[in-house]
Amino acid sequence: MSLILHPNIKNTDGFYDTLLGAHDGLSKSESDAFNARLILILANHIGDREILTQALLAAKL
Amino acid sequence: MVDIRYDLAFTLYPYEKVAAQDHPPARHPVVVIGGGPVGMALAVDLGQRGTPVLLLDDHEGVGQGSRAICFSKRTLEICDRLGFGQAVHDKGVIWNVGRVFHGETPVFNFDLQPEDGDKFPAFVNLQQPYFEKFATKAARTAQNQGAPIEIRGRNRVTQIDQHDTYAVLTVETPDGSYQIEADWVIACDGARSPSRKMLGLEFKGRVFEDNFLIADVKMTADFPSERWFWFEPPFEGAGQSALLHKQPDDIWRIDFQLGWDIDRDAELDPANIRRRVDAMLSSQTGTVPAYDLEWISIYTFQCRRMEKFVHNRVIFAGDAAHQVSPFGARGANSGLQDIDNLAWKLELVVKGLAGDALIESYDMERSHGADENILNSSRATDFMTPKSAISKVFRNAVLTLAQKHDFARPLVNSGRLSVPCIYDDLPLNGPDMMTGPARTRVGASCPDAPFGDGFLLENIGGKFTLLVLNTQAPQDLCEAGIEIETLITHTPSAELRTRYLGQHDAAVYLIRPDQHIVARWPTFDETALRAALRTAIAKDRV
Repeated sequence: MSLILHPNIKNTDGFYDTLLGAHDGLSKSESDAFNARLILILANHIGDREILTQALLAAKL
Repeated sequence: MVDIRYDLAFTLYPYEKVAAQDHPPARHPVVVIGGGPVGMALAVDLGQRGTPVLLLDDHEGVGQGSRAICFSKRTLEICDRLGFGQAVHDKGVIWNVGRVFHGETPVFNFDLQPEDGDKFPAFVNLQQPYFEKFATKAARTAQNQGAPIEIRGRNRVTQIDQHDTYAVLTVETPDGSYQIEADWVIACDGARSPSRKMLGLEFKGRVFEDNFLIADVKMTADFPSERWFWFEPPFEGAGQSALLHKQPDDIWRIDFQLGWDIDRDAELDPANIRRRVDAMLSSQTGTVPAYDLEWISIYTFQCRRMEKFVHNRVIFAGDAAHQVSPFGARGANSGLQDIDNLAWKLELVVKGLAGDALIESYDMERSHGADENILNSSRATDFMTPKSAISKVFRNAVLTLAQKHDFARPLVNSGRLSVPCIYDDLPLNGPDMMTGPARTRVGASCPDAPFGDGFLLENIGGKFTLLVLNTQAPQDLCEAGIEIETLITHTPSAELRTRYLGQHDAAVYLIRPDQHIVARWPTFDETALRAALRTAIAKDRV
């Protein structure tokens, strides 16, 4: 299995809206904390260290 | 003169003048410098093997202060082989419940139940002076049974001169100085090792600098035997982390991680310490129990190691060779694994049954152990003391999530408890011819299991052993001058089957004197066994 880097979320605009909405009313530090929690939750869901390593590399650009 | 640097908790080996002080230097096979937990355990191990050992300590007994307090299962198993594991266990405190806090907020609790089928628990808490006292008692018992152990108190080594095949030690005593020759010198003289300095050797690595304030308080009031750990403790001036931990004799150990730039004198002011301790002890109940301050100390740690542990005829062990942060109880426990690794090798080399390559393997195997300990200790330090703004954001995210979701709890790092080092892929390893359980793979130390009326590890320490499960193998095997003891069972306990057989019906394990696994096969193969034993003693290595 390898990291999915083609479109994979249904209703992308809706998801993007929800993601930004989750930050509504948060200060910069609260948003940073939220993002960190979100990353940890998603990383645990993925679980596969190989995929996570590929994701870290992909995020580096 | 021999200065007294610290007060003694127990006087165990008072200075006595010996005839050797008035004679030309006598040659000893092994001289151990330092009678701490590591040096004394090494003397016991060598002595019980019949290898003459002279231990020199610059004091007459055990220093005060609780210092190392967490002794792991592996340490208890090693001490049991040496005859004092039960004493450490029986005097020690066993705790199961741990609580983790972040500021005022409880993060989670855990309960460490002991593993079924092991003689010893994951660890016990015991003040270091007791440990040293029990080790010294084991040395005295061995002496009385004829073991060639000699202990000379208030004998301070002031100079080490290395020659090709021996070293000369200059030793200071209350009656002046004298010299000793040694085939092998084992420096177990602690983190500030004078031996290391005498040889001009460096002590390098990734350096963390931090100050810990330790307060041992005595409380006879009812207070739970639990481990409490705070990230960012809410008590004024308590630093980055704080730990409360039970010891025997109604003593609780309190650690405050203070940071690097501190005013030592102000921190050691009992009024300051009491203010913090009051806040900590009352944090869960709102009332301050009566207590006495028994011992306070500030210590600094650096995470680092010597590049090599073997320098010609001088071998370094314990804190003298490597130093870690206290998180995870990896100091004294790794030192005990050092001497467990070294004693049988020294015995074979002194007897002429193995060459210097076997001593070099100590350097390889225990460097591997030291690196593992430093890695774990560094990671714990990074979690506790985040080094950047974003690392603090993630650390706090972990602590917040851990309150609600158990997936985040393994990420919380207040120190990974010392577990025995596995010598994966190192030169003394023989073949692994089974798809057996991972925990009993080649290089691992043997996990315990019920065996007969007792436990497996009670049966396999001290010499090379062939453990034979549900198959046959001959007794009285001997290779390269080394006798191999054969231990056969056709009725393995459930735990023994799970840990040593896995999906197999039968197995043959070759086990080293330090209970590490050399090789394993599904059936007995004499040619392969003989080859594996030669590999395990570095017989054919140059």
